[in-house]
Amino acid sequence: MALLEVSDLHVSFPTPDGVVRAVRGLSFAVETGKTLGIVGESGSGKSVATQTIMGLTRGARVSGQALFEGIDLLAMSPKELRSVRGAQVGMIFQDPLSSLHPYYRVGWQIIEMIRNNHHEISKAKARERAVELLRLVGIPQPDRRVDDFPHQFSGGMRQRAMIAMAMSLNPKLLIADEPTTALDVTVQAQVLQVMRRLQEEFGTAIILITHDLGVVAEVADDVVVMYAGSTMEKADRYETFGAPHHPYTEGLLQSLPAYGGERERLRPIPGQPPSLINLPGGCPFHPRCPYVMDRCRAEMPPLFEVGGNPAHTSACWLSRDQVERAALRTKVVGQPLAAPAVP
Amino acid sequence: MTETGASSHPVAGTDKDVLVKVENLQKYFPVQTTSLFRRNHDQVHAVDGVTLEVRRGETLGLVGETGCGKSTLARCIARLCDVSAGRVIFDGRDITGLTPRQMRPLRREMQIIFQDPYGSLNPRRRVGSIIGDPFALHGIADGAERKRKVQEVMELVGLKPEHFNRFPAEFSGGQRQRIGVARALALRPKLIICDEPVSALDVSIQAQIINLLVDLQREFNLTYLFIAHDLSVVRHVSDRVAVMYLGKVAELAPAEDLYQVPRHPYSNALLSAVPVPDPKKSSDRHQIILIGDVPSPIDPPAGCRFHPRCPKAQERCATEEPALASVLGDSAEHVTACHFPVEKGDDLSNTARVSVPPNGSQAT
Ligand SMILES: Nc1ncnc2c1ncn2[C@@H]1O[C@H](COP(=O)(O)OP(=O)(O)OP(=O)(O)O)[C@@H](O)[C@H]1O
Ligand SMILES: Nc1ncnc2c1ncn2[C@@H]1O[C@H](COP(=O)(O)OP(=O)(O)OP(=O)(O)O)[C@@H](O)[C@H]1O
Ligand code: SF4
Ligand code: SF4
Ligand SMILES: [Mg+2]
Ligand SMILES: [Mg+2]
Repeated sequence: MALLEVSDLHVSFPTPDGVVRAVRGLSFAVETGKTLGIVGESGSGKSVATQTIMGLTRGARVSGQALFEGIDLLAMSPKELRSVRGAQVGMIFQDPLSSLHPYYRVGWQIIEMIRNNHHEISKAKARERAVELLRLVGIPQPDRRVDDFPHQFSGGMRQRAMIAMAMSLNPKLLIADEPTTALDVTVQAQVLQVMRRLQEEFGTAIILITHDLGVVAEVADDVVVMYAGSTMEKADRYETFGAPHHPYTEGLLQSLPAYGGERERLRPIPGQPPSLINLPGGCPFHPRCPYVMDRCRAEMPPLFEVGGNPAHTSACWLSRDQVERAALRTKVVGQPLAAPAVP
Repeated sequence: MTETGASSHPVAGTDKDVLVKVENLQKYFPVQTTSLFRRNHDQVHAVDGVTLEVRRGETLGLVGETGCGKSTLARCIARLCDVSAGRVIFDGRDITGLTPRQMRPLRREMQIIFQDPYGSLNPRRRVGSIIGDPFALHGIADGAERKRKVQEVMELVGLKPEHFNRFPAEFSGGQRQRIGVARALALRPKLIICDEPVSALDVSIQAQIINLLVDLQREFNLTYLFIAHDLSVVRHVSDRVAVMYLGKVAELAPAEDLYQVPRHPYSNALLSAVPVPDPKKSSDRHQIILIGDVPSPIDPPAGCRFHPRCPKAQERCATEEPALASVLGDSAEHVTACHFPVEKGDDLSNTARVSVPPNGSQAT
């Protein structure tokens, strides 16, 4: 059994302009000790989906199931959910400042987190644990820095303090929403390494949301590609980057800069993302898809198995035979998938 | 150019091809401390002696560690803040000491595109009036004419002119970033500073915006200062790239040179840490992971600022600050501030200094 199994999640927001359908039938699973990468269009519902699972969306209509160790999180009372958050599931939000309270010392915030969930732990013990955690995430001189205020930490240090806090109760699952977007690549590498180390040590499952395809290629075991609130494709990272099936996944990979000496133009997917209030009928990607067929405009494709691999699914009407699919790519797009650039 | 105030004067000997010249620029911020006993003069040395130029029509990329002073340098150039020491010369004029009022006529010539397409637009104002701000601010064009001009710019950046009366919330992240570009472009500035213009967007929208910026540059001969953490994006757009570390320029070179033969150990570390969007390649990559944090900009290390974390550091590095110069036979265009620059074949990843200690704590 997967640690977390989300099925047919729908989230919509009633607004004066109409109903925003932010998440539409999302399903995915995360196993213990594994990392699931979620990538996709800006505004495709990645944050809303994960926050909804943790009971953090307000004013939304929610349906579906999110089984955590077999128990449905969406059916829990706010109080029950609170005990799951932190203790069972740690969250790292994109902006570390918004989750560290500016008025309290970093260490104190970690200590409180521990003591709120484990009343039996003494203050001194909790403090010891806080120092140990800060050391684990690579904060220099943690026994001194534990008494710093958040503003005395650099951006990278705050991000790592957030990870320490999210990990303070040894959660079984860590949800990290754009944990490294604001960081330079050397600090990013440190943060990713810390997460990996924690995963090895505690078997933590990780959901990693990011726009950085390089990060996903490096750390995700499996990848979910989202567009307009739904899953377009699911596969392990080798398939996702080496043999993507869905035209949206292909479009994302082709948007990356590639180097051939000359500065060539980038190749973005043409057109604009759809409005979530007035979604196009059929396949949501059809207005921008170079392969569009009549059927795509009428019928939304379900997730099909690709190339006889049950772990690789794609919501697209194109042939699921990988050889045929590759031939079609050469015919329609005019070139094999470019090898990604190494800067 | 028109009147820019009495205290600005043409600078003798300025190269015609240079739009922005920054000389030994310093920007310190006072630090508030709560301690009773340290009634001190502590300061954050955010930018600490930067000299560089941005040439007309080029894109100068600016990269570096989180908190190394990139945004602060950009703000000093645009004179959105006061400069502690040094000079900023824009289009042949020393603008270092200009008052906000004296800066006003110059504002239209330099614009900034900010990182956050959500936070930087007022949600209560219509898009047309947001893009029209620069016109209003400078009293250029009124009523119907202003609307026509705004719609012209909207079309230029790929927004539909009929969306003039919409609110920002009705636009996607990519479209909002286009609004930012439109606003920056409205008055045809000479310099556009792009501070992380695409990092919050998905890669396809990133590509759209980058193509747009490149097209506009060709069409209007714009000059860009382009700040970003994504090194492949920086490589794609930049003619030259400056690498900053803790308030100083560590290396500055034509983009290809920097990516092919990075000389500064920090540049090497930076480039080695770029994640590769190909799982087959990422596992056999030699990554130099730097240990320890950026030292405090309040009390920066003596000598070379990188020495506490540098895999090549020797005694001299702790005492003697290296100057920016061309090294190891590099062209005059490629300058590096390092006593022991990296040569092809140097193995930085093998050094004990850079291997991550088991508990990650012992920053040296
Ligand atoms: N409270 C709300 N009311 C109305 N619409 C909302 C609300 N919260 C989110 N949305 C909309 O739901 C959609 C999904 O948002 P979400 O933040 O999940 O996107 P995302 O995939 O995380 O995007 P990004 O990559 O830009 O972070 C967006 O169109 C957003 O505008
Ligand atoms: N108004 C301010 N007051 C005090 N310190 C400041 C102020 N603005 C910036 N700093 C400090 O100056 C240093 C440089 O900050 P800056 O924002 O320029 O970095 P950056 O290179 O743009 O970083 P990032 O890549 O994270 O955006 C940091 O140590 C920062 O904390
Ligand atoms: S279903 Fe049709 S429109 Fe949608 S991605 Fe596949 S080919 Fe394109
Ligand atoms: S001067 Fe010394 S410490 Fe500084 S980068 Fe060069 S080798 Fe490293
Ligand atoms: Mg999000
Ligand atoms: Mg910045």
